Amino acid sequence: MITATLNEYLILSGVLFALGFLGVLLRRNTLVIFMSLELMLVASALALVAFSRYNHTLDGNVFVFFILTVAAAEVAVGLAIIVALFRQRRTIQVNELDSLKN
Amino acid sequence: MAHVLFNCFALLTIAGAVGVVANKNTVNAAMCFLLSLVGLAGLFVQLDAYLLAFVLLLVYAGAVVALFLFIIMLLDTQGRQKWDFSKLAVFTSLVAFGLLLAGLGTFVKRGQLEAPNPNAAGGVGAALKPYAYQLFTTYLLPVEVMGFLLLVAMLGVIVLSRKAGAGEDAP
Repeated sequence: MITATLNEYLILSGVLFALGFLGVLLRRNTLVIFMSLELMLVASALALVAFSRYNHTLDGNVFVFFILTVAAAEVAVGLAIIVALFRQRRTIQVNELDSLKN
Repeated sequence: MAHVLFNCFALLTIAGAVGVVANKNTVNAAMCFLLSLVGLAGLFVQLDAYLLAFVLLLVYAGAVVALFLFIIMLLDTQGRQKWDFSKLAVFTSLVAFGLLLAGLGTFVKRGQLEAPNPNAAGGVGAALKPYAYQLFTTYLLPVEVMGFLLLVAMLGVIVLSRKAGAGEDAP
């Protein structure tokens, strides 16, 4: 039994995505930026699950399953890159990582 | 009753997301991320996607947030950072955020999405059997590709986390 409408789920998903986007643009800590990226990813997953539920198909759910798998791999690689970056430059603040600028 | 639950979980998710963006301390941001994921798992349960809620908690809340906390512990030596954003950065990111929300508002106002009654046929994602059936018939190739992707990611992480130049002076 669902009482919330599809629109409510989509609005929630959109607001979540926008908040993640704000975090990516505003913050300077690489780890927080990465967390905001994950937030955007799960926001899109929420939209997929809602669509799937309201249209009585399983495809969206299976797709979210794959998204979660890819996200796990992505987090592992991304954090390894951040650690490698920290070893090289001793910082994870994006405003101090500007060696390509000059 | 169900609508109260939806509102609670939606509020939890949004509050967690705001906490991720607005928290100075990285550890607190990770904790807010965890909170947001718990709210999201609750929403998945409300959408009858029990398996996905479980996997979300297991993979994200269990593995990903733990990995984040581990890396924060490893790297973030200075603890809480000061807010020294340039005005331009704050302005542009707020404008981008506002534009996204405006797009959303337009969608709310003019959206013509007609969804069928969700309570007519019951949740498809509630049972496990259809998942297994789909994963081993229609989506067999993607499952194989995912396995390969995880293998490649594991190898990539091993290569990346070696000390730079460690393997070069070997005979």
